[in-house]
Amino acid sequence: MKRQIPLALVFVFGLFMIFQYFVPHEKSEWVYEFLLDWILVIGIFALALGIWSLYKVSVDKIRARKENWAYSYVTLFGLFVMILFGFTAPNGESWGLYAVFVTTAILTILMIIQTMVAKSQKGLYLGLAGLFLAASVVIAIFDGAWSFHFYTAEGLQNYWFRAFFDHILIPILSTMFSLLAFFIASAAYRAFRARNLLASLLLISALIVMLRFNPYLQPIMGDYMAKTSNWLMNVPNLAAQRAIVIGIGLGIVATALKVILGIERGYMGKG
Amino acid sequence: MKNLKWFVLAAVCILFAVSWFAKASGGDGVDNSVLDAFLVTLAAFLTLAIMSFLYQDNPYYKFAEHLFVGVSAAYWMCLGFWSTVVGNLFPRISEGLSNFFLVPYQPGPLNFFFAIPIILGILLLMRLSPKGGWLSRWPLAFIVGTTAGLNFVRYLRSDFVKQISSTFVPLVVDWQGFGHFFSNISLTAGGPLVMMLTNLVIFIGVFCGIVYFFFSKEHTGVFGKASRVGIWILMITFGASFGYTVMGRISLLVGRLTFLFTDWLGIIG
Repeated sequence: MKRQIPLALVFVFGLFMIFQYFVPHEKSEWVYEFLLDWILVIGIFALALGIWSLYKVSVDKIRARKENWAYSYVTLFGLFVMILFGFTAPNGESWGLYAVFVTTAILTILMIIQTMVAKSQKGLYLGLAGLFLAASVVIAIFDGAWSFHFYTAEGLQNYWFRAFFDHILIPILSTMFSLLAFFIASAAYRAFRARNLLASLLLISALIVMLRFNPYLQPIMGDYMAKTSNWLMNVPNLAAQRAIVIGIGLGIVATALKVILGIERGYMGKG
Repeated sequence: MKNLKWFVLAAVCILFAVSWFAKASGGDGVDNSVLDAFLVTLAAFLTLAIMSFLYQDNPYYKFAEHLFVGVSAAYWMCLGFWSTVVGNLFPRISEGLSNFFLVPYQPGPLNFFFAIPIILGILLLMRLSPKGGWLSRWPLAFIVGTTAGLNFVRYLRSDFVKQISSTFVPLVVDWQGFGHFFSNISLTAGGPLVMMLTNLVIFIGVFCGIVYFFFSKEHTGVFGKASRVGIWILMITFGASFGYTVMGRISLLVGRLTFLFTDWLGIIG
C-alpha cells in the first residue's frame, strides 16, 4: 500500500504521457494539458511546504542558538514582509493606515516567532502578539484605503512588492553572479598555462572569445576577432555541445525509463 | 577587535543615513522622493555588502545573503499563488472565489477534476505529519511519473533524434566548377568550400566527442585516435564556453558598477 500505489501511479501516468505523444488526438491532448495544469497546482502546495520548511529551520536555529542564529531573524523578516506586500496593497493613491497595518502585522509575526523561540516570558510575547494582531485586524476592517486582493493582468501591483524585487532581489542576485568574474579570473590565472596541446587549445579559444568583446581591440583587429569567435562558437563548440547533449539526452531517457518501470525508486525515500 | 566591529557598524549606519539624506534632498542633482532615495541607498548597500565577500566572509555579506533567501522564497510563493492558484485554479473551481479575486470565471463540464490536484496537494502537506508522511508519496509519484513520461519523449526527440539528424549533413557539396567551389572563402561567408569544411568539422566533432564519452571500450588504436580528436574539440569548447561565461559575468559586474557610480553616487552622468 505504502509503496505499491506510488509505483502504480508512476507507471500509469508515465506510460500515458509517452502514449499521448504517439496519439495526437484532440482528447489525448486535452488530458495532456489537464495533467500539466495539475502539476502546477500541486507545485504550489510544494512551494508552501518549502516556505514552512524555511520557517521551521530558521525558528529551530534561533531556538537552539546555533551558529549565526541572529541572521535567521533577517530571513524571517524578509520572508514575512514580502508575503505581506504580496497579499495586500493600497487602493489607488491613498495609503490610509496601510503603513500602520504593515507595522502591526510585522510586530504580530515577530511576537509569534519570539513566543516560539523564547525560553521564558512566553506569556508576555503571546499577549503582545494578540494585541498587535487585534490592532491589525481592526485596521483591516475599518480602513478602506487598501485591500487584500489586487491581482490584475499586469501582475502584482503593490509598490513595495516591486520595490523589494527591484532593489533587494535583483541587486543581490546580479552582484552574486558578477562576483564569479573575480573567482573565475583567479582560477584562470592558476589553470591557464600552455603546458601541452590540450591546455593550449583551451587557452587560445578562451582568449579569442574574451578578446572579441574587448571594445579597445575593435579598431586594431577589425571584425576578424568577432568572425573567428563566432566561428568557434558556431562550429567546433556546436559539435562538442551536440556530443554532450546527446549523452545527456540518452541519460535522461534511460533515467525516465527506470523511473517508469519502477527500477529507480529514490523519490520515495525510506520507510 | 569587538570595538572595531561596532565602529564599522556605526560607520555603515552613518554612511547609509548620509546617502539617504543626500539622495532625498537632491544632492546629486536628481529629484528623488524619500522612498526612492531609501531604495537606491538600500540597493547600493546590498551590492557593496555582497561585494565585501571578496575580502572575506563578514556580517554584512551574511545579512544580505539571509535577506535574499527570505525575500526570494516569499517572492516565488506570492507569484505562484497569484498566477497559478488565482489565475489558473480559482476560475475553474469557484465562481465566488473568481469574483472575489476579480478574475473571469471559466465554467466547464469537467472542471470538477481540478479537485484532484487540490487533494493531491493536501496529501503532499501530509509530509509534515509523522504518521501520515507516506501519503505524500502519492502526489510525488504523480509528478515524477508525469514528468518522466514527458521527459522520455521530449529528450528523445530534442536531445537525440534531432541532434543526430542535424549532424548528418552533406559532406560533399554540389560540384559547379573550381571557380564556384573556391568562392566566398571566409569564416562567415557561406561558400561551398567553407560549407563543406564546416559540415566536416561538425560531423567529425560530434562523432569523436561521442567516442570520447564512450567508456565501455578501451581508448586504444583507431578508437583511441578518434577519442583524442574528441578531446581536442571538447577543449576548444570548454575554452570558448569559459570565455563566454567570463564575459557574461564581467558584463554583470559592469552593470553593478554602473549602478553604483551612476544611480547611487551620480559620478558618471
